[in-house]
Amino acid sequence: MLELKGIDKYYNPGTVNEMCLFDNFNLTVKDGEFVSVVGSNGSGKTSMLNIVCGSIPVEKGQILIDGKDITGMKEYKRNRKIGRVYQNPAMGTCPSMTILENMSLADNKGGFYGLGRGVNRARKDHYRELLSQLGLGLENKMDVLVGSLSGGQRQALALLMSTMTPVDFLILDEHTAALDPKTAENIMELTDKIVKEKNLTTIMVTHNLRYAVEYGNRLLMMHQGQIVLDLAGAEKDAVQVDDILKQFNEISIECGN
Amino acid sequence: MGIYMSILEQGLIYGILALGVYITYKILDFPDLTVDGSFPLGAALTATMITKGVNPYLTLPASFLIGVLAGICTGLIHVKFKVRDLLSGIIMMTALWTINLRLAGTANVPIFGNDSIFDNDFINGLIPESLSSWNVLIVILVITVIMKILLDLYLKTKSGFLLRAVGDNDVLVTSLAKDQGNVKILGLAIANGLVSLAGCIFCQEERVFEISSGTGAIVIGLASVIIGTSLFKNLTFMKATTAVLIGSILYKACVAAALKFFEPQDMKLITAVLFLVILIIGMERRKKVKKNA
Repeated sequence: MLELKGIDKYYNPGTVNEMCLFDNFNLTVKDGEFVSVVGSNGSGKTSMLNIVCGSIPVEKGQILIDGKDITGMKEYKRNRKIGRVYQNPAMGTCPSMTILENMSLADNKGGFYGLGRGVNRARKDHYRELLSQLGLGLENKMDVLVGSLSGGQRQALALLMSTMTPVDFLILDEHTAALDPKTAENIMELTDKIVKEKNLTTIMVTHNLRYAVEYGNRLLMMHQGQIVLDLAGAEKDAVQVDDILKQFNEISIECGN
Repeated sequence: MGIYMSILEQGLIYGILALGVYITYKILDFPDLTVDGSFPLGAALTATMITKGVNPYLTLPASFLIGVLAGICTGLIHVKFKVRDLLSGIIMMTALWTINLRLAGTANVPIFGNDSIFDNDFINGLIPESLSSWNVLIVILVITVIMKILLDLYLKTKSGFLLRAVGDNDVLVTSLAKDQGNVKILGLAIANGLVSLAGCIFCQEERVFEISSGTGAIVIGLASVIIGTSLFKNLTFMKATTAVLIGSILYKACVAAALKFFEPQDMKLITAVLFLVILIIGMERRKKVKKNA
């Protein structure tokens, strides 16, 4: 279970540009939930993910995982139990290394990076099997540099790499936003499959309202650092894209957009 | 004959330095000016040890280790105190000047009469008399090849993978639950260890320690790396480390050729012009690749 309790977050504190994003922000994500988060630009979606992952500090409040306070824990230590996929496909992979090397690197997450052989030949068949599930033909390109793959292929690989080792949380930060509609669809289906197979607790930020409605079992809408809509269970199942869009327009008009 | 031999000898010695610069410049994407201080650091330690009568072969690991320390310092300044990469190197380079002087005692320490890794009972017994003029080249070649192979092997380990990843995409390293700062420090440590080792061998080849021997070392290293990697870019079967070593020999050959027509005091200007030309040629090739992609 992930809890954000009484989070205050200011940008540029102590200057004339001080901006309060979160004022006493609270969120609880139960184990096994797949939360889709929508909201306008600047509503705090990505900041929320960054706070969970420890990429940015908070002014006040607590972040708890299974009741354990991790507020002060360094980002890299938190990542042991968190898998994250970024909007930019380049962020989740290493371009100057081959697919095989990238997967070996990710496979060792949480382990010791010592003087052992970087590529574990014995795991190669396992990697090939994982890649073949993507249906992109990457299993035959294992010695190709990742930098020469397309954005969609890289994002698929990044998704695979972020969930290779047992993680408790999967954080998806607009991970289909930079892809063409067809590829985005594929990546979204793949995401759903992985999340269901591994029963991962997932938070997905997206600008695609249809994905938010279709996937996941809880839907949040954020606006100016607050959760304005929180649907789960039957409510979430019943909701339509149009309902969400209407709500979205209302808050946007308020804002003068 | 003598000139070719000297080009090969110097090219291979600076090749070890270039392997270090390859780690920082190409892998870590860190312009590390510590090199100008860590190269003579190895030389200063070597001259001191040899004049004290220590076995010359011990100077090799000792120089490597002291270079590692210098690299760690640069890394700590950059990572822990958040000083910019270029400035961290400049700070260490400046500090090392004094440390080198203190270590060696004076700005100039001759070690003509002493044993060296090239001239001792062991080597003289191992290599036949008829080949004795090749002693220096053979020893340098052996050490350089060993260092290259060790570096190649290291870059294939898990730790080496992490090092390659941190320069490419440090976000990924953080995602892998590893502190990217520590990985950078490790890379700087290995790189400066190699540079300092090159300084150790250079000092014994020249049979003298000179405080100013490090001035411009980074330029030589960078030029070698850029010549090597841009010349052999399309030969995918060739390892980057091999390309860098060849680049270093080619660079020394270019300088030797240029010195045929100019005076020794023109050396630094020639170096600067050569480096600029190499940079420009290297850039053009990069552009071409991008356009085609």
